[in-house]
Amino acid sequence: MRNFFKFMALSGALTLGAIGLSKAEDSSDPIIIPLHNWSSQLVMSYAVGQMFEEIGNNVEYITTDSQAVYESIRLGDVSLELEVWEGAFGNSFRAALEKGGIHDAGDHDAYTREDWWYPLWTKDACPGLPDWKALNECAAIFATPETGDKGRFLGGPVDWLKHDAERVEGLGLNFVVVNAGSATALWAELKSAEQNDRPTVIFNWTPNFVDAVWPGEFVEFPIWEEGCDVDPAVGYNPETTYDCGNPPNGYLKKAAWDGMPEKWPSAYGVLKNINFTNNQIAEMAKLVDVDGLDPEDAATEWLAANEDVWKRWLM
Amino acid sequence: MLGSSNLSSNELLGLGNKHWAFLFLVITFVLALFKGIFPEGLNRPPEFLVFPFADWINFFFVFLRDDLGLIHVSRAISGGVEWLLDITANLLYGKHRWPRIGPIPWSAIAVTAFVLAYSLGGWKLSLVSGGTFIWIAVMGQWKWAMETLSVIIVATPISVLIGLIFGTLAWRSKIFERILNPILNVAQTMPHFAYMIPVVVFIGVGPKAGAIVTVIFAVPPMIRMTFLGLKSVPPEVIEGGKMAGSTGWQLLRFVRVPSARTEILIGVNQVIMQCLAMVVLASFIGMPGLGQKLLQLLQSLKIGQSVEIGISIVLIAITLDRCTQAWAKRQPIHFPKGTSIFLRHKFFFSWLILFILFLILGKFIPILDEVKRNQALSISSPIEIGVDWLVITLDPLTQWIRWFLITWILIPLRNFYLWVPFTAILALLACIGFRIGGLRSALICTIFFTLIAISGWWDRTMITVYTVTVAVLIAAIIGFPMGVFASFGDRSSKTILLVCDTLQTFPSFIYLIPVVMLFGVNDVAVIGAVVLFAAVPLTRYTIEGLRNVDQQIIEASQMSGATKYQTLFKARLPMAIPTIMVGVNQSVMFSLFMVIIAAFIGTQDLGQEMQRALSFSDVGKGLVLGLIVSFIGLMVDHLIMTWSYSRKKALGIN
Repeated sequence: MRNFFKFMALSGALTLGAIGLSKAEDSSDPIIIPLHNWSSQLVMSYAVGQMFEEIGNNVEYITTDSQAVYESIRLGDVSLELEVWEGAFGNSFRAALEKGGIHDAGDHDAYTREDWWYPLWTKDACPGLPDWKALNECAAIFATPETGDKGRFLGGPVDWLKHDAERVEGLGLNFVVVNAGSATALWAELKSAEQNDRPTVIFNWTPNFVDAVWPGEFVEFPIWEEGCDVDPAVGYNPETTYDCGNPPNGYLKKAAWDGMPEKWPSAYGVLKNINFTNNQIAEMAKLVDVDGLDPEDAATEWLAANEDVWKRWLM
Repeated sequence: MLGSSNLSSNELLGLGNKHWAFLFLVITFVLALFKGIFPEGLNRPPEFLVFPFADWINFFFVFLRDDLGLIHVSRAISGGVEWLLDITANLLYGKHRWPRIGPIPWSAIAVTAFVLAYSLGGWKLSLVSGGTFIWIAVMGQWKWAMETLSVIIVATPISVLIGLIFGTLAWRSKIFERILNPILNVAQTMPHFAYMIPVVVFIGVGPKAGAIVTVIFAVPPMIRMTFLGLKSVPPEVIEGGKMAGSTGWQLLRFVRVPSARTEILIGVNQVIMQCLAMVVLASFIGMPGLGQKLLQLLQSLKIGQSVEIGISIVLIAITLDRCTQAWAKRQPIHFPKGTSIFLRHKFFFSWLILFILFLILGKFIPILDEVKRNQALSISSPIEIGVDWLVITLDPLTQWIRWFLITWILIPLRNFYLWVPFTAILALLACIGFRIGGLRSALICTIFFTLIAISGWWDRTMITVYTVTVAVLIAAIIGFPMGVFASFGDRSSKTILLVCDTLQTFPSFIYLIPVVMLFGVNDVAVIGAVVLFAAVPLTRYTIEGLRNVDQQIIEASQMSGATKYQTLFKARLPMAIPTIMVGVNQSVMFSLFMVIIAAFIGTQDLGQEMQRALSFSDVGKGLVLGLIVSFIGLMVDHLIMTWSYSRKKALGIN
């Protein structure tokens, strides 16, 4: 509105001039930041966008699929990605790396973990948890009509390639893997399980908004060893692969388009410095998922409360 | 759609259609019952018959994109679209792009909507239209709604223009029509996700991709309506034009197009509705606005806020629908010579005054400029409490339904569909084809399904077919009696039709969550979501079929002393059956649409693979899967329409 009047009453040149003055060495084209569908990524993206704006860059946000985004970065349609999860997106990221056009822009301190998980009320029905053998003994309480006598494990979408079925086989678990079609379906089940106090075991990860809404624990499978996914000899069962838990501390990376350092050198410098911890990510997610803020506002709020954290990244 | 021909009198090799149908029925049973004896190649398509269509398509696309350099052309086109989008985006929500004059205050836009609706349809319409924009502002969704509208405002005229051009070409040239028609048939039955993948490859992601995918989706009905409109211009009118000495172009511009005005405007109306239907889906490839927000909110299970957005989308749809319909029905007004310019354009000038007034007011009264998110109202908490209560209260019932359906119906049925040899299904389709439309129909059915068989996705196709069959059956059990019941009264049929409209316009993604909360991630939830969609056309066409039965027939049966129910079962229903079958047809189409969306709940059918193809930008796989869905749709459409046509002929209804 303010701008509208400027144009009507004064002239458009003034507005254009003002923007011209504040321009640094970076291109005035907007930096395109992708948004996905989980809250921590949304808040982090808006927060980083606001940091870029702080140093005078233009920023635009677009929603994309979290697997397809690496292809878009490669082509320069999207400038960067702030959350590359080792477990979930490692494959897509590596595939894009090989084709070229995208590069690794450093790790966050935050680590990621993805595995079978249960909300705390499940422990009442199966007190031996989080041990996987105890879980296996109470498989019957997770039984549903479609799985018969066996317990039902609700996994993520098939394209997340989680090898749950191989693990069930390798560890001799009395479970059937049912794949949800989206993360939303996972949470919808979790919520209805909570309302009806049903024990449930699903695929989950951290950092995630679920941490703040439904307290729970990961199932402790035989500890991950290097080679457990390729070498049958490694792990609990000498004859199968994936007979262990997922690595408990996967990386969380940033990725950037190859053209970014040249086009927006200062913004790229900031991107290299950016480094979030698990706690900070959980705080951001909580502002949205528990306090009910919009992701944009949550980002502004978080930035205001944590100036000491991010101001030094701008140097 | 595929056109129908009545070949029933023809005999093939001395056998009538009924005999052929019976023969194929016998073959079906033999193939199915003695499946163990026959070679495995008759059970599932043998490997040498499965062609790598997806690889071929991918190869072709890479050739188009890189070797022919089509990517530069597509990027240039999308650059033009982006420029337009930047202008609307700047005006409506102040994106930092040229011309850098927006955003226009919400109150000024609301008053524009108000005056525009008034000039088109009077007070009632203006209240609906103005009210919609006030609701959006007050609920704090202004920026999102404007992001959506900024794309629709660009996509609609482009679609209309392309539709007019192609529609006219098809009307001019018989060959062009012949080529275009099957393309349109496939385009209108193909799932949206299949289009999106090539768009991502050629255009990229973001608002421009959203706009272009919306255009692709919205153009077919416009082409059809233009074609229909031009074709139905009475020859007398053309004669008149010719006698006045018009050239070919003048005849088109001043005679044909104005005479086809109503059809063309109905086409515009359809374009706008299609654009709105794409709001949520297009956000998968980066279209901003209400759809994107809706998906984000659903992701963190905020049902209340998602419903608020859903209501806004429905309201926008109602406003745009009613306004364009009013526009289509309105006849041009002719003023007597000498009327002053202000009177001729009274609406324009009153709009201009009000618009400037609110521009100024917005400057001094901030709330008229922008309603901030923290000033906004919300109805989300009662909705959420309601949904939670429903889930808890219904739990014993839903658990029982889940157990019953899964154990006794769904698992056995699904296993049966997967057990049947593909050759038996082909034979069965030939049987149905011969019975309904003779050789031509039999060929259409078997060719479509043979193509599916050699594409290598047979099992997944069968799971999709199984889901759709069950969903349409359940939808019929619910929708049919509801339609019959509603058709008895004027009020009740209006109410039910309104419910149908709302259910249909409401973004389908919102249904997915309550359905999962009620039934869990399994086939019952998937079918539940599909039924919600599939029941709508069944109910609607039942009501319309029953209410439009010739009054004379009803009176005749009443005079011969029939009771209300006798009239229903002996006179009204038989006469309405052809129309009701159109409803069944639509119901199948809607199910096919929804079954793909239901992949987000968790399925093992074509939808799941389609979702995967979108994730990995696999054009070939996406198109192959899309064509399979399209073939199923086209086959059902052909069978039902052929049957309905011959039935209508037998009943003497036009």
